[in-house]
Amino acid sequence: MNGLALYLRYVGVSVRGQMQYPRTFLLLNASQFFGSAIEILGISTLFGVFGHIRGWSLAQVAVFYGVVNAAFALADVATRGFDVFGPQFVRTGAFDRLLLRPRTTALQLLGFELRVQFGRLLQAMIVFAFGASALRLSFTPAHVLLLAWALAGGVALFGGILVLQATLCFWTVDALEVANILSFGGTQAGQYPLNIYAAWFRNLLIFIIPIGCVAYFPVVALLGARDPLGAPSWLLPLTPAVGFLFLAVALRVWALGLAKYASTGS
Amino acid sequence: MLRPYLAILSARFQLVLQYRAAALAGFATQCWWGGMKVLIFSAFYAGARGLAPMSFAHTVSYTWLGQAFLMFLPWYVDPEVADMVRTGAVAYERLRPVDGWAWWYARALAWTAARVVPRAALMFAMAAVFMPLVGLGRWGLRLPPDGLGAILFCAAILAAALLSASMTVILNVVAAASLTDRGANAIAAPIAIVFSGSLVPLAFFPHALTPFMRLQPFAGLMDTPFRVWNGELVGAAAVGAIALQLAWVLILAVLGRRAVEAVMGRIQVQGG
Repeated sequence: MNGLALYLRYVGVSVRGQMQYPRTFLLLNASQFFGSAIEILGISTLFGVFGHIRGWSLAQVAVFYGVVNAAFALADVATRGFDVFGPQFVRTGAFDRLLLRPRTTALQLLGFELRVQFGRLLQAMIVFAFGASALRLSFTPAHVLLLAWALAGGVALFGGILVLQATLCFWTVDALEVANILSFGGTQAGQYPLNIYAAWFRNLLIFIIPIGCVAYFPVVALLGARDPLGAPSWLLPLTPAVGFLFLAVALRVWALGLAKYASTGS
Repeated sequence: MLRPYLAILSARFQLVLQYRAAALAGFATQCWWGGMKVLIFSAFYAGARGLAPMSFAHTVSYTWLGQAFLMFLPWYVDPEVADMVRTGAVAYERLRPVDGWAWWYARALAWTAARVVPRAALMFAMAAVFMPLVGLGRWGLRLPPDGLGAILFCAAILAAALLSASMTVILNVVAAASLTDRGANAIAAPIAIVFSGSLVPLAFFPHALTPFMRLQPFAGLMDTPFRVWNGELVGAAAVGAIALQLAWVLILAVLGRRAVEAVMGRIQVQGG
């Protein structure tokens, strides 16, 4: 069986397993939907008071919000294995078992209990649809392609962040809550167009944790706006590639951590 | 008569205080969130002077206080109680010769206070001392306008701690009744975040909602003490707001005590 077929089998097992508890499934999805929807409640409350943020309207911010949240939600579904890596694999020693199997650890963790939850994704799509319809965005095939490309780059970036977070556990054994700053905090920061931030913070979000490359730049292109930060318009649709670059680097770091892994002794 | 409750209070307080790494991690996370909120508010304020219901300085102080006292939000069932519910050990709680509600209340109060004290101390040092020293005072935490305000704030924050613990006990009861902490945890967090003022200060919600927002119990967790700190609530108004907090503590205590008796009177246990 090749890697892809094996992964699809993992997916099938996860979905079937979680569907054994249909009420739990619905409740978890509903709670994720409402838990993440309070973010947009807060943002729209602030727009109700101020009207705009550095010239951006609520509808425009809704498009940024929709893209970055959808990318995070999709990555979140697929990376549970990395998310619980410290407490469930390293501390318990269960990771040793993964090493015995003739497949890469990354594939096995990717297939570990997918989080079959779509509350956040649904919420992001509703907010995106609101923004797109209020702005009367036209969706040519090129636009759809750009959107899919930005989402793919975003999933790769958040996946990379989760892999780095898990890699830390080779040294710290348990999960560090601080690492959530990168995933949840990055999502929150990317919900707004980057030019609202101070320069140092903006540069952090472009060059170090490149949320801006998978959300801000492609969405500026999607909105047909001129980038207030002055990036040339030919560059904007290319930036999501940085997400894949980030993932590649993260997987290299993962390999380094893996090489020094010494079991906790199970 | 009070001894067992004071004993669990101090034991639990000292125990939870031992988790220094958790406090440091929480502090780092809260610096990030607070900093980001301040940056976002600063961008909103830059474009629209005079529209906001609070000055920028007050909003910034409110934001940092919200991070310092984040653990007042009753967004989880007390984890020890959640464990007891899962394992069935909750039945032992019936065997203790103490009042069930007061026992859980003392536990919850210690748990809340022990998580708030180190985080708040670090956050004050950062936002009220360090930031002004390095020239970031505009984005830091301002002190209350006068000594009386500071004293009233202390009273309001103590009332907030009492209020938070009484809410946690109600969450515990929901967990005990539903045999899992999952449902209670899922519902509590979004409600507490929105209605306490942690999401955005309550004054930012539409004016029509203001009377309701001021009266509902979650306002006493954050909004009330923070407005006292900022000097928006002074004198009799501040005393009235603190009295409202305490009235909610009392109401929730009575409700919580009845609920504890009803649920623990016919507790079902799982596990073996």
